[in-house]
Amino acid sequence: MEEVLEKILTTYRKEEGNIISILQYLEETFGYIPENAVNWFSKKLVIPASRFYGIATFYAQFHIKPPGKNIIIVCSGTACHVKGSDRLISGLKREFNLPEGEDTTADRKFTIERVACVGTCGMSPVALINKQVYGKMTANKLIKEIKILKGKKTGR
Amino acid sequence: MRADIKIKVCMGPSGIATGGADVIEAFKNEINSIGKKAIIEERCSLHQVGCLGFCAKDVLVEVVVDGKKTIYEYVKPGMVSRIVKEHILEGNPVTEWIAGEEYYNFHKKQIKVVLSNCGEIDPEDINAYLAVGGYEAARMALTLMSPEEIVEVVKSSNLRGRGGAGFPTGLKWDLSLKIKSDVKYVICNGDEGDPGAFMDRSVMEGDPHSVIEGMIICAKAIGSHQGYIYVRAEYPLAVKRLQIAINQCYEAGLLGENILGTGFDFDLKIYQGAGAFVCGEATALMRSIEGKRGMPTPKLWRSAEKGLWEKPTVLNNVETFANIPRIILKGADWYSSLGTERSGGTKVFALTGKMKNAGLIEVPLGITLREIIYDIGGGIENGRAFKAVQTGGPSGGCIPAELLDIEVDYESLALVGSIMGSGGMVVLDETDCMVDIAKFFLEFTQAESCGKCIPCRVGTKRMLEILNRITVGNAKEGDIELLEELGQDIKVTSLCGLGLTAPNPVLSTIRYFRNEYEAHIKDKKCPAAVCKDLITFSILEEFCNGCGACKRACPADAIIGKRKKIHKIDPEPCIKCGTCFDVCKFNAIMKM
Repeated sequence: MEEVLEKILTTYRKEEGNIISILQYLEETFGYIPENAVNWFSKKLVIPASRFYGIATFYAQFHIKPPGKNIIIVCSGTACHVKGSDRLISGLKREFNLPEGEDTTADRKFTIERVACVGTCGMSPVALINKQVYGKMTANKLIKEIKILKGKKTGR
Repeated sequence: MRADIKIKVCMGPSGIATGGADVIEAFKNEINSIGKKAIIEERCSLHQVGCLGFCAKDVLVEVVVDGKKTIYEYVKPGMVSRIVKEHILEGNPVTEWIAGEEYYNFHKKQIKVVLSNCGEIDPEDINAYLAVGGYEAARMALTLMSPEEIVEVVKSSNLRGRGGAGFPTGLKWDLSLKIKSDVKYVICNGDEGDPGAFMDRSVMEGDPHSVIEGMIICAKAIGSHQGYIYVRAEYPLAVKRLQIAINQCYEAGLLGENILGTGFDFDLKIYQGAGAFVCGEATALMRSIEGKRGMPTPKLWRSAEKGLWEKPTVLNNVETFANIPRIILKGADWYSSLGTERSGGTKVFALTGKMKNAGLIEVPLGITLREIIYDIGGGIENGRAFKAVQTGGPSGGCIPAELLDIEVDYESLALVGSIMGSGGMVVLDETDCMVDIAKFFLEFTQAESCGKCIPCRVGTKRMLEILNRITVGNAKEGDIELLEELGQDIKVTSLCGLGLTAPNPVLSTIRYFRNEYEAHIKDKKCPAAVCKDLITFSILEEFCNGCGACKRACPADAIIGKRKKIHKIDPEPCIKCGTCFDVCKFNAIMKM
């Protein structure tokens, strides 16, 4: 891990980046912001870890907890909302038996996220399964896609 | 005789999502595999282009033979071989797949200025942009015009900020030009955070060079040598295409030192946002570029005086910059004549929601809402009745049917309690609950409030609590008045644009749809049958034929009945998810 972090540090110095760019590199590399990585940078740059977390928790792009292997994003923009994105979410939660407040399945295979708008409103409601966009979705269609994924060996 | 054949495949946001890349691949394979390869390659070129506009019918493919355009809609890879064989080789367009009348009606009332290259040229090819007169305006501005002259042209074009607030662009540049400073910044705001909006995304992805050119001209006008394009991280393709365009500009000597040999220097860098709606606000965006939490700061001075790193900064929206090269080339009079007296030019809108023809449109300011929704948008889908159109996203409001004849410009939209905003336009029909819509937007602004000032942080929270109790049937008499009072207070006391406009969706729906609020509060009913806690599902015996589709689909096992016999819904286990309503083909499920 240290090697990876060194590499990020070098790029950051070369590009005159800031805390946000470090966090973006971490998010890109690990899929979330690992605590030990933050501590490492905090020591190297003599910036308190709280500054990193203050920023990480402010922006929606950063995840503090590791996500599941497959990420399902349901768009909750206005156009998707009026075309029933809530039903997609509740359908998914039922399918995965997710308790209130939890967004990743116990086996860590799936994470459900809702985002404000992915910008493909012309084909609402929209969901993304591992970055692939699916338009004009219904809960049943979405679950069918997920079942195909469950059948396969899952992985990003 | 050599003919010029061009195949253009829509690779805008929804073109890609519906499989545009597969269609391009299919064309490539098809062209490669046929025996007349040499002839084809000489005559025919394949292009990926930005959004063609009519997203509802993607993937759109335009085939141009000898200048004659043919548009195919809903193209799938399997259809490609026939198009190549019959149309390109034999010269007979495949009539049954050609876009129909709707496509032409969709474009009839549009005037494309900002979008004129979108869907026409390959966004990843600087030569395509140069071929349509690209960077001519920058050349003119750099070699022939003084900063004062540029500012004067922009001023008299009547162009106003397309990000939403509508501040006159020329005035903004003038303020910055007059301030003396060694370091000044130009920032392009591409943090399109409004849910229901994809205008800037389409421009950045479909015609990135026009944005860069606008920024170069602005840099020359105010005397800046460093620019940033702030793009939200959710738009990876926009980032990619802008980066390609920037690299091409450096290679062509259009960015960097001594641009076009004029001695003028300008560097441009992309900065990726990290997902915060409030960063669309100028001061918050600048704090974000500085690497801090994106929290707005009090506007004791304008950004034109003290902006990024406390230096004079001009910050404009993507669409604003994309307009600039066209204004410089074609003149201020031409541009201002397109709009109304107070607002010049055209505006791009993302027309979505319950529309027949959802998509990306560009219209002259001053057009009526009715023309947009019925003539361009083709009216409401599924034959339902129009209820309202939501403009301006979370900062805007809902405009009811009786006001559809107002002209679209900054002032008249503000007068009816909404705003122009960045250009999201979501159409709602009779099955949409206005209280639910207001709650939806407030949930959004409440979650996106940065928490710095109390009116926004606590005020929106209290308003949301009230809306929540209205939608679950626990509201009290006087709640509407309380919402109005709170809303007014938040509107005058918040620190930044987010809080100042957050109550708009609630106040405008109360203003025009007060009876819906009252029905929720007094009768505990949701007239549009949306609010779960106020509706019940039942099966209409005369329509049920016992097919069992609802029973199989019900996730809560709340539907009972034997096959071919009338089914019933047990209200006890029913979770009101609405699945049965969606799956029933015989309209036998009733919700009220």
